Amino acid sequence: MLLKWKQYKFLFKELVKRDFTKKYKRTILGMAWSIVAPLINLLVMWMVFNNFFGANMDHYVIYLFAGQLIFSYFCDATTLGMNALVNNAGIFTKINVPKYLFLFSQNVSSLINFVLTLLIFFAFVVLDNIPFTWKFIFLVYPVVCLIIFNLGLGLILSALFVFFRDMQYLWGIMTQLIMWMSAIFYTIDSFSYTVRCAFLLNPLYVYIRYFRKIVLDGEIPTLQFHLLAAAFALAVFGLGAYMYKKYNHEFLYYV
Amino acid sequence: METILKVEHVSISYKIGDFKDIGLKEWTMRHLKGQYHVETFMAVNDVSFELYKGDMLGIIGTNGAGKSTLLKAVIGVMEPRAGRIIRNGSIAALLELASGFDGDLTVKENAYLRGAMLGYTEEFMDAAYEKILDFSGLRQFENRPFKQLSTGMQSRLAFSIASMVQPEILILDEVLSVGDGAFQEKSAAKMREIIENGAATVLVSHSLDQIRELCNRVLWLNHGKQMAFGETETICNQYEEFLNGKIF
Repeated sequence: MLLKWKQYKFLFKELVKRDFTKKYKRTILGMAWSIVAPLINLLVMWMVFNNFFGANMDHYVIYLFAGQLIFSYFCDATTLGMNALVNNAGIFTKINVPKYLFLFSQNVSSLINFVLTLLIFFAFVVLDNIPFTWKFIFLVYPVVCLIIFNLGLGLILSALFVFFRDMQYLWGIMTQLIMWMSAIFYTIDSFSYTVRCAFLLNPLYVYIRYFRKIVLDGEIPTLQFHLLAAAFALAVFGLGAYMYKKYNHEFLYYV
Repeated sequence: METILKVEHVSISYKIGDFKDIGLKEWTMRHLKGQYHVETFMAVNDVSFELYKGDMLGIIGTNGAGKSTLLKAVIGVMEPRAGRIIRNGSIAALLELASGFDGDLTVKENAYLRGAMLGYTEEFMDAAYEKILDFSGLRQFENRPFKQLSTGMQSRLAFSIASMVQPEILILDEVLSVGDGAFQEKSAAKMREIIENGAATVLVSHSLDQIRELCNRVLWLNHGKQMAFGETETICNQYEEFLNGKIF
């Protein structure tokens, strides 16, 4: 594994550079835009729900931002990652390289976006007079889980996309559905106990809830909650890795 | 003699049929109705040959004979359905030259990306980059987007990058017939240099003159089957007779 990393380090670096250059097309504004876009989105949501629906809770902006932050990273990483194999068909049908490198490099640019947005999130936290405690270190845990989860789902989706080109539209609908089920702009307190438990079946909600618990409630989630978060990530990643291994030489026939 | 590349009874199949681009909905429907069919097509059927140090193999055959497919298996992009391929050494391949480059990236970025794909290290690439620019003669286009280069320039760049290493096995698919007169000569000289330095080379070409000039072994494929493997002159003559017989 280490040997492989050494062998493909340079290729990975060049692929990351390529994806980054292509994404931002050599413009300064291109990169700024990818940070401004979620902020505008946040502003719209805040105006709508704060003024028209009277969601009167403390720190509503932070509550909303935490959800929006994680969801937009998820959406960005999976939607872009889905094209990783198809877009690089010209390369892997000519040269023998590990195919997962394409997906991983694609994810790096999404991750950089996420980290930049995360910094803005912390700025908002400070502005909103929320105490910045040592417990914030625990946020590393859901972030790592989320990265693995997104990578795994990217592997699954990019493999499926090679076989089924209509996945693109299906996934567009799925992300919408997941957004509504992730309690990004509403709270689930008014639901019954069973329904609230059902929300925990949504990995994205689990990660969002982890963030809110640390930032808003100032408490560290239970051990079971940690295990649940990790289980989702590892299961999805395992399935993705299995698909890549199984269909490694099959992709060629379909591109 | 040291064996560099050994291909033993290799068969390679393609999947064909109406399964491509049907989408999940159609796929499910066909499975439910039992109408889903995948056919396999043998592109290469039971081919064997062995190359020793210093050998240069020419692969000949009409279109659709399975030449490029065989090369894809040799470089490891495709998996043989049967048989096995033993490679003793590093492989550098030039297949369908200009593909795999990114039109939006500059010449420099593309050169580095391609170098990385060919398995060069970063240090090696830094050192080789100047040589690539000199050899391809594209120095003044260094920062131009790749899509603005002419086709000939694109293949010159591809050749220059790939010829920087001293691979034990060099794979060429119709490469020598690109570029203008001067570059063809230059690349042929470079090729000879690589071959002389002890690498085994595999070349697919439709030009029998080229094969006669460069290769000491020839493999003749026809519709995926191995017609002959051996000395250049004998097989080239046989192949010519075959072509003439077919035409008239």
